Amino acid sequence: MTLTENATWIDVCGIDELVADRGACVRAGLYQIALFRLSATNEVYALSNYDPTSGAFVMSRGIVGSRGDIPKVASPMYKQAFDLRTGECIDDANTSVMTFPVRVVEDRVLVGIR
Amino acid sequence: MGDRRTLVVAGHGMVGHKLIESLVERGATAEWDIVVFCEERHLAYDRVGLTSFFTGTTVEQLSLVAPGFFAGAGLEVHVNDPVVSIDRQAAKAVSRAGRVVAYDALVLATGSYPFVPPIPGRDLPGCFVYRTIDDLEAIRDFAATCSVGAVVGGGLLGLEAASALCHLGLETHVVEFAPRLMPMQVDDGGSAALRRRIEELGVAVHLSMQTETILAGAGGSVAGMRFAGAEDLRADLVVFSAGIRPRDQLARDCGLVVGERGGVVVDGGCRTSDPRIYAIGECAVASGRVWGLVSPGYQMARVAADRLLGGDAEFSGADLSTKLKLMGVDVASFGDAFATTPGAESIVYSDPVAKVYKRLVLAAGSHQVLGGMLVGDAAAYQTLAQMARGDMPTPEHPEDLILPDRAGSTAGAAGIEAVAGTATICSCNNVTKNAICDAVTEGALTDVAGIKAATGAGTGCGGCVPLVIDLLKAELRKCGVEVANHLCEHFAYSRQELFDIVRVHRLTSFSEVLTGHGSGWGCEICKPAVASMLASLGSGYILDGEQASLQDTNDHFLANLQRDGSYSVVPRVPGGEITPDQLIVIGQVAKDFGLYTKITGGQRIDMFGATVEQLPAIWARLIEAGMESGHAYGKALRTVKSCVGQTWCRYGVQDSTSLAIELELRYRGLRAPHKIKSAVSGCARECAEAQSKDFGIIATERGWNLYVGGNGGMKPQHAILFAEDLDRATLIRYIDRFLMFYVRTADRLERTATWLNKLEGGIDYLRRVVIDDALGICGELEADMARHVESYHCEWKATVEDEGRLARFRTFLNSDDSDPNVVFVRERGQPRPATDLEKSKPVEALL
Repeated sequence: MTLTENATWIDVCGIDELVADRGACVRAGLYQIALFRLSATNEVYALSNYDPTSGAFVMSRGIVGSRGDIPKVASPMYKQAFDLRTGECIDDANTSVMTFPVRVVEDRVLVGIR
Repeated sequence: MGDRRTLVVAGHGMVGHKLIESLVERGATAEWDIVVFCEERHLAYDRVGLTSFFTGTTVEQLSLVAPGFFAGAGLEVHVNDPVVSIDRQAAKAVSRAGRVVAYDALVLATGSYPFVPPIPGRDLPGCFVYRTIDDLEAIRDFAATCSVGAVVGGGLLGLEAASALCHLGLETHVVEFAPRLMPMQVDDGGSAALRRRIEELGVAVHLSMQTETILAGAGGSVAGMRFAGAEDLRADLVVFSAGIRPRDQLARDCGLVVGERGGVVVDGGCRTSDPRIYAIGECAVASGRVWGLVSPGYQMARVAADRLLGGDAEFSGADLSTKLKLMGVDVASFGDAFATTPGAESIVYSDPVAKVYKRLVLAAGSHQVLGGMLVGDAAAYQTLAQMARGDMPTPEHPEDLILPDRAGSTAGAAGIEAVAGTATICSCNNVTKNAICDAVTEGALTDVAGIKAATGAGTGCGGCVPLVIDLLKAELRKCGVEVANHLCEHFAYSRQELFDIVRVHRLTSFSEVLTGHGSGWGCEICKPAVASMLASLGSGYILDGEQASLQDTNDHFLANLQRDGSYSVVPRVPGGEITPDQLIVIGQVAKDFGLYTKITGGQRIDMFGATVEQLPAIWARLIEAGMESGHAYGKALRTVKSCVGQTWCRYGVQDSTSLAIELELRYRGLRAPHKIKSAVSGCARECAEAQSKDFGIIATERGWNLYVGGNGGMKPQHAILFAEDLDRATLIRYIDRFLMFYVRTADRLERTATWLNKLEGGIDYLRRVVIDDALGICGELEADMARHVESYHCEWKATVEDEGRLARFRTFLNSDDSDPNVVFVRERGQPRPATDLEKSKPVEALL
């Protein structure tokens, strides 16, 4: 599920603060958001930092990569893979994490929250 | 249900238990009640592996009886209660405890007893036999006050006993009546090679010695031995191991026919002169002789089981080929080893320098292999024994099979494909090649464990496992199964192949490796794997530039991620030695940062509950106190545990602590396919548990014994004795080579134990690579290790000294807070992670 309607855009960091292919976490309102800047797609993805399997807020510390054509991050806790675009767990159809819309405006990263 | 029958089994040794297992497997308990009488305190155990009792194997590990086995219906066992008489008229057996059981059938599996020659003094305190766990415990207890031990008998069992005395730290002598060692298995040439090998281990060998008297000392116990025409030998413990005799007294007492030289005479169905009574194993005379090995005993057990169930199986003799490792020396004897076949000819290879002796017996004219013996190097045993059995054709130049390998030579590498389908692969459990191949194809098996479970092959002595592996691979290839060991979807290479690529092309970044040799964008499998290779090959700080994105979170924060998202911190405590001041600093740091402390299994202190923000400050304090990273977070060397050794301990024979510190400092930070653990014990009591480590060292009077491939963890495995009595320099050289060879060739997340299990040729092959430099790479391996040792730096020191590197240690890019979901409660005076219920404030953004 992605929030798009009535989103409030929050400036969370500069684009150069995001190390390529390594996650980082920001706070936006009540949310902890994991940001990933992928050099392969030149995109920034935003997922909830909450790992549904362990219950810890650690998703930003996972390793990014690909499965087939899918850009993914693997939870650092038990290594389930999540699709960075949709938040769906590739290894378990019943699990997913929330995603957030991202905009990069003049080298600033904005995430949309409700 | 009314016509259940009763089977009494007299004796619960290896063979007796095999009988019961065979019966249970075949569903015999549906019609039989099986009553077992076991004389010893212990149920059936692995008597063949008895000596390992002195190298740490426990009674439980030696046991052959699965827990709960006798809880099954129709089974009853009486321990410590042998059958003492049989009334054949009434068909009743009576036990020592007075149990009377009426039987429909009875199996004698009473085994044998050690023969003690009628020498005066043989009953003195300090005289022992070597047969049961009780014997071994008695020897061990008595040996504590002894310094010199002698074994009467230089055969297989005698050398086993000698090995045991060595392990107990005694000066050991072997006294043999015959002019050679192992007279039943090897000839004079083989004996000479064997003798030189075991004398190297410090065992004195005295051949052609006729013992006249065991001498008593002032205290009334053994003080020495007197021989015909030779000087006295001082000894305070004597073990008789001069052969076995069948235990046939029960049979004699009830009038069964026994052989001229003892043993209950049985027919091809293992039946005695009373059709209701069977005899199996070493108490029986079958096909005219007593069979003193476990494999024929097992065959008899299966025959008797089949007969009891109405079958007509026959025992018609067995192959007495054997391969053993005695005191670390390979000895094998197979087929017509002594060339008794008329016209047989021998080819002999003897290398007195390497102490290797090989004899191949060939039929006249046809040059078919008939038998042979191998001492010091038995690598060709399986192949040659198959040829001697006629299961495999003899090649054109059979002598190639016993000549030493030259670099690049493939002599002797006759494939498993050449073995006949009906050939027995596992002679302990009588499993043929066809049975294994069928199991692989029908059960869609893909590993040795599956084959073991399905067929039992490889579960006896284990000697056939290399053949089983070959067979599995060949079968899989035939089925068109590609035996792929690709690292992951991004690299069509095994870890070993990829490591070679990185090494040979001197690649220094993941992108280079991926662009040149992979596809996609990488993943959580290949990225840390390649990062580890780059680190093993010495590319400096592991978190700079692109490498930062490759590391697992543990390596990324140089700490261990815990279940709540906090981290733990472990400073290095080399060899487990720590000063009071350092202890105080650790305690103060833990107090100041609110950390939970626990002593680890590797003799250090783990501090739990640190947030990422706290890590640099914690480390600044630890580094100031002279401590450094313990690499608990890495697939790297963890600890080299030690006992206090000779410095303090009354029993220590070497300074184990100093060696442990030296080794830990040498190999600290070495990145490997998996974590590496080590330990050094200062004497054979082994307090540091070195035999459960990837590499373990145990002090001897003469130097250090090196063990490799041990493992605690998920699947515990004892380390294997790799080399003995090494000096410090040689020891370190071997460990350097061993570790680097492992780093180069193991699969990802493969501990040394698994790696060694899978290594073709096993420990012998490893010795050839590491000791004999068979691959010619030892120079490279040592250079790689030298580079590692030289370029080592503490990753935490390098981190706290660099502002840029410290930048990552924050939870949020846009806030200085730490994760509000990491919450602790106190328990037993320390913090621990709060459960969801305990977290007092509402959990933030729980989606």
